[in-house]
Amino acid sequence: MAERSSVFDMIGPVMIGPSSSHTAGVVRIARAAIRVLGDQPEEAEITFYNSFAQTYEGHGSDRAIIAGLLDFKTDDKRIKKSLDHAKEKGLKYTFKSVGNASTFHPNTIRLVLKSGNKEVEVIGESRGGGVIRITEVNGFTAGFSANLHTIIITADDRPGSIAFIADVISQDGCNIATMSVSRKGKNDIACQVLEMDSGLRPLTIEYLNSLNWVHNLIYIPNID
Amino acid sequence: MSFLFNGFASWKEYCETQQLKLHQPVLEYETKQKGRSEEEVFNGLLQAYEVMKEAVNSGLSEEMSSRSGMIKNGAKKVYNHPVTVLSPEFQKLISRALAAKEVNSCMGRIVAAPTAGASGILPGVLYTLQDLHNLSDKKIVEGLLVSAGIALIIEQKASLAGAVGGCQAETGSAAAMASGAIVYCLGGSVDQVFNAVAITIQCMLGLICDPVAGLVEVPCVVRNASAAAIANSSAQIALADVSAVIPVDECVDAMGEVGQSMETRYKETALGGLAATKTGQQISKRVLVQDIEILPDEDK
Ligand code: SF4
Repeated sequence: MAERSSVFDMIGPVMIGPSSSHTAGVVRIARAAIRVLGDQPEEAEITFYNSFAQTYEGHGSDRAIIAGLLDFKTDDKRIKKSLDHAKEKGLKYTFKSVGNASTFHPNTIRLVLKSGNKEVEVIGESRGGGVIRITEVNGFTAGFSANLHTIIITADDRPGSIAFIADVISQDGCNIATMSVSRKGKNDIACQVLEMDSGLRPLTIEYLNSLNWVHNLIYIPNID
Repeated sequence: MSFLFNGFASWKEYCETQQLKLHQPVLEYETKQKGRSEEEVFNGLLQAYEVMKEAVNSGLSEEMSSRSGMIKNGAKKVYNHPVTVLSPEFQKLISRALAAKEVNSCMGRIVAAPTAGASGILPGVLYTLQDLHNLSDKKIVEGLLVSAGIALIIEQKASLAGAVGGCQAETGSAAAMASGAIVYCLGGSVDQVFNAVAITIQCMLGLICDPVAGLVEVPCVVRNASAAAIANSSAQIALADVSAVIPVDECVDAMGEVGQSMETRYKETALGGLAATKTGQQISKRVLVQDIEILPDEDK
């Protein structure tokens, strides 16, 4: 059974209108995405899919996504004027609409973000009530909600790597809530996504990152 | 403890056996289930109420327009209109509910209660109630706890989402929450509070969700005003001990049943009702993004 709601789901959340899936959820997708990039983006290519494709302007999802890219929170009154703030901060962006993408959830957004020579691609769904799911990171299947602490590790696909990482994390007293692994091919590169109830120590992150079979590690603490 | 919010009957029974006031089991639920202290819950709700009042005030004072242009300063016009239909209080109630919901449509800050589409109802009702009866913030927060308890049960037995249960689930639930809060704050008995909820649901039953162009603007804004009015009329009836006849738990079941059998075109899809009218269609052509790349159908 799904977890029971809180009093603050009934009287709340405090948010910027008009709709939690078109504003709050969209802001959160962008906030998760800039953490994947690890930097303030200089350029962003934003694609709205399916039901978002038509309604993103009317619902202000364009301003919501830019606000999230500027790291504004979901109840920040500046969301309404985020396009002006983007101009000030020199964030360049383009919007695209794509309909009929049947493999995607109705409210899907794809973000390609650039900063210096870094570039990431993130796909996220806004599932209602401000709840999101990041489904893809750089072509790997991801599947995290960004309301816990998340690490995304791309590493050589070799026996024992998953158990090893889980063990290291457990030494920090972290409880793993969800975990998924996807890979491009056997013995190729695998991407592991772990959601944890509490955060990791900087030292642990540094250690995991230093292993020679780990290519890249992204750590995303709770985005709210 | 979690048995509590499975229904109104068990909520009442728990209050009676434990000698509690109606809001206390809700507070207990939140502290036990979610690990928050009573103080945190109280302060959190007080903050939410502050945001509600702020939304009312900014809707009544600031210039604002929604992106589509359909919503534009309506609340201020109502508030300042020289002709008073019933009483100044009624005029204020209506304009306050409109104001907070307009702020929502214009990308301002609001409290989803229970949803963003219904975010004008509790602010309009509680603001007016506190104003008229000189209630303390503490009393209002207790009223909000009662509202939350009502919504927790409706969510469990029916739904709070327009896309699942139609507009009865959104503005209808908010009206039921508000009505229960009024009766509670004015010292009504548990039965009277639950009667107010039952009567409100009876009045809002069957309302479809048909937003023009899929935007949370028309008819959503005016429905926040009418729901606020219904919350008050039901409270007035319930306080006088007039029975709803059909018990509140059964009213909620009816709402769930109606929601389930409602056709999808009446559930936020913008395919039926007002959204499907000639003018609704024209507006949707004008305000929706037309420049869309359409992918070919996938082969099955
Ligand atoms: S019509 Fe639909 S979108 Fe508008 S308030 Fe009602 S349920 Fe919400």
